Amino acid sequence: MKINLTINKKRYSHDVEPRLLLVHYLRETVGLTGTHTGCETSLCGACTVELDGKAVKSCTMFAVQADGANVTTIEGIASDGKLHRVQEAFWNEHGLQCGFCTPGMIMASKQIIDRNGTPSEAEIRHGLEGNLCRCTGYQHIVNAVKAAAAAGR
Amino acid sequence: MATTITKTETLVGKRIRRREDPRLITGTATYVEDIQLPGMHYAAIVRSPHGAAKIRSIDTKAAAAAPGVAAVFTGKDTEKVGPVPCGASLPDLRVPHHYILAIDRVYFVGHPVAVVVATDRYLARDAADLIEIDYEVLQAVADPEKALAPGAPAVHPEWPDNTAFNYHQEGGDIDKAFAEADVVVKQRITSQRLVPNAMETRGVVAEWRGADRQLNLYTSTQIPHLVRTLVAGMLGLEENRMRVIAPEVGGGFGSKLNVYAEEALMGFVSMKIGKPVKWIESRRENFLTTIHGRGHVDYYEVAAKKDGTILGIKLKIIQDLGAYHQLLTPAIPTLSVLMMPGIYRARNIRADIVGVFTNCVPTDAYRGAGRPEATHGIERMVDILADEIGMDPVEIRRKNFVTNEEFPYPTATGLIYDSGNYAAPLDKAIGIVDYAKVRQEQAEARKQGRLLGVGLSTYGEICAMGPSPATPAGGWESATVKIEPSGKVTVMTGSCHHGQGEETTFAQIAADELGVDIDDILVVRGDTAIVQYGIGTFGSRGTAIGGTALYFALQDLKAKVKVFGAMLLESDDVSFSGGQVICNKTGKTKALAEVAGASYRAMKLPPNTEPGLLATHFWEPPNFTFPFGAHIVLTEVHKDTGNITIRRYIAVDDCGNIINPLIVDGQVHGGVAQGLGQALWEQAVYDDNGQLITGEYMDYTMPRAHMMPWIENDHTITPTNVNPLGVKGVGEAGTIGCSPAVVNSVVDALSHLGVRHIDMPLTPEKIWKLANAGGNN
Repeated sequence: MKINLTINKKRYSHDVEPRLLLVHYLRETVGLTGTHTGCETSLCGACTVELDGKAVKSCTMFAVQADGANVTTIEGIASDGKLHRVQEAFWNEHGLQCGFCTPGMIMASKQIIDRNGTPSEAEIRHGLEGNLCRCTGYQHIVNAVKAAAAAGR
Repeated sequence: MATTITKTETLVGKRIRRREDPRLITGTATYVEDIQLPGMHYAAIVRSPHGAAKIRSIDTKAAAAAPGVAAVFTGKDTEKVGPVPCGASLPDLRVPHHYILAIDRVYFVGHPVAVVVATDRYLARDAADLIEIDYEVLQAVADPEKALAPGAPAVHPEWPDNTAFNYHQEGGDIDKAFAEADVVVKQRITSQRLVPNAMETRGVVAEWRGADRQLNLYTSTQIPHLVRTLVAGMLGLEENRMRVIAPEVGGGFGSKLNVYAEEALMGFVSMKIGKPVKWIESRRENFLTTIHGRGHVDYYEVAAKKDGTILGIKLKIIQDLGAYHQLLTPAIPTLSVLMMPGIYRARNIRADIVGVFTNCVPTDAYRGAGRPEATHGIERMVDILADEIGMDPVEIRRKNFVTNEEFPYPTATGLIYDSGNYAAPLDKAIGIVDYAKVRQEQAEARKQGRLLGVGLSTYGEICAMGPSPATPAGGWESATVKIEPSGKVTVMTGSCHHGQGEETTFAQIAADELGVDIDDILVVRGDTAIVQYGIGTFGSRGTAIGGTALYFALQDLKAKVKVFGAMLLESDDVSFSGGQVICNKTGKTKALAEVAGASYRAMKLPPNTEPGLLATHFWEPPNFTFPFGAHIVLTEVHKDTGNITIRRYIAVDDCGNIINPLIVDGQVHGGVAQGLGQALWEQAVYDDNGQLITGEYMDYTMPRAHMMPWIENDHTITPTNVNPLGVKGVGEAGTIGCSPAVVNSVVDALSHLGVRHIDMPLTPEKIWKLANAGGNN
């Protein structure tokens, strides 16, 4: 099936199998490998991307369902060589260790502060429920989201 | 994105952000799955759905004829490859032949039986579904104690008692200790099977270049050099014809401290089809086939005096090994024995291990590897003893601590503890939590019917693994430091960090020693074609051994710079600062880049000196290191639901000198999360047929952000003299200190109801029953 969509402000058009998962389309057809697959069951969040402004798990969506959509991946949030404030905060606060969950974690964190500029610790933790990290114990991630929110104010 | 640091500032000890992060936060890092090669093929592996079965027949015809399929292989094709190696040796160890694909029998759910290779990952999976395997299902046994019972099904028919080994160790005079005891406490304590769950599953890309007789193997591993040596051996390939690359590695926690069937299998497939082949483990496969951790049933007996003095400890460990030995499987419980006295003066010990085969995936090293089990055991037993004699848990610990004057302290298990100040972190933790006050709060809450608990653990651990005689594959580490002709510094380390931040901490060490800007340093690891031989990252050894190897390589290199300094600056009495080599006598300086340039240009060389500035050091540690600490956990048990709230979590660790406090804090937080996972939520549950019924994230409860308490962590610093950096290691501390503190706290909350011990995980159902029926349930 033919699909047309915008990814990180660029237009793409591809003929894809209906069963192709969005995450595999992004990684293998488009070549954006920053989005990771951690579980293929939408439970770990490593594949989180933004689709029409909403954080979604791209491992449980077909590429054809994204036809006509506007997708943002981890590769698309820095602009003009400047890191997004969530990226900067993850770096400053040591919000990552092995880095595998990080792209999804950053996309989910961006969604939290896009929706709420002053999230409490409990709201941040609730917002991150869908994303697993095995390295950090989440504490430095929570600090990073707080710092990113503060940087946006 | 440069890290800006004043040139002459000392970096060791500074809380600086990591130099590896820019690629990780922008989605531009390269993990195994991100590697794309021309002509790439994809493998799908067909695995046993049964815990135990004979293979009557395998029909691969339909799969082989399916669209896009290049090849199908079964155990008959790969019989000569391997076996999957076991690096551990114990007296009279029974080692089953571990084929990379099953031959005529399967031993656990997930056992690989066939591999399909196709031009596309979806087509490979489609074709895998077309393989018909006729199994004769056999009775499985998944529980280690049931496997030891007479008449249990034999996992390996040649060994009907399911016993892989018996291990015995004694120190002091245990019978005398028990004869002289006023009190003996006994308890069965389990440490359940856990799934390590690195967020990146395993993955392999194999690329055979036939004309060069060269195999490139990209694999998500903690030990690339050992993988090269061992997988080359499995494939019958000369070791120097194989290059192993561990690109970005998305977590390991011990699960990638191994050599797996799939690493050899992908090498075999690529050599057969002459194309690069990629296999990425699914999460389901990860649960079923990557090693598990723990799997202990422990029987403890502790003998003591009325005043709380511990006289002796007896321990019997029943270790669930699974169906095979992976790289270190049988060695893991021996680490528990080494650590069984904890940080207490227990001079008499007796330990027995029975290693038991079960129809489950093998157990092996998982964060702490034998040490969390031992710490959980001794820290629970100390609390049980305190309860028995009516002593405060803090006081009984103080009473038995090895004292500061006793270091280096020889343990009853044959170790020599390097340095310690065991009361220091305990005092600090007690101060933070205000122990007397929380005990008072607890007493008042009890009157109101609320169940508050106060629990602690004062733990020790074995880090910096380890002296070579005590480790299966060599316990040293290597580093090469090169000053390039331009003065830039390249560090090649045999450590293979995968989240631990050594690109930063190693650069901090090198920057200080050479007096150069940290941005002039590049740390390279994880490629056997670039890095001299190395051991890898595990057992809290990265900085303590890899960092020390680097330190000595830097000293060797500085000695050479001094020789050039003597020529260029008229004296070899020089210091290194601000990118300059400074003559201490005259104050004259030469830029390090200039010295480097002169050494490579070699117009004039000092006497008996080779051109170039490069030094390699292989460092053999004289001992392990023994960090320690104290965790205090305040809990509330909710009687109506069985839920547990962590009210406060205090972790005070002593890992010796700290290179980067930000990274150390991160290690502690992550370690605590894994310890808390074991204490409260996680368990790999096999049913009697050997089916893993917690085999997905729906069933296996991983700690999530909203489940974690805020961790208040702090440090005391007692340097080691085992290495010149004074560092001990911190990768496993959080995990080791955590689980007993949590369980002690919850038992404490319920102790007035007659509860003396609860096995992990402390699920609401278990807790609700105890809270409502007391110790009678």
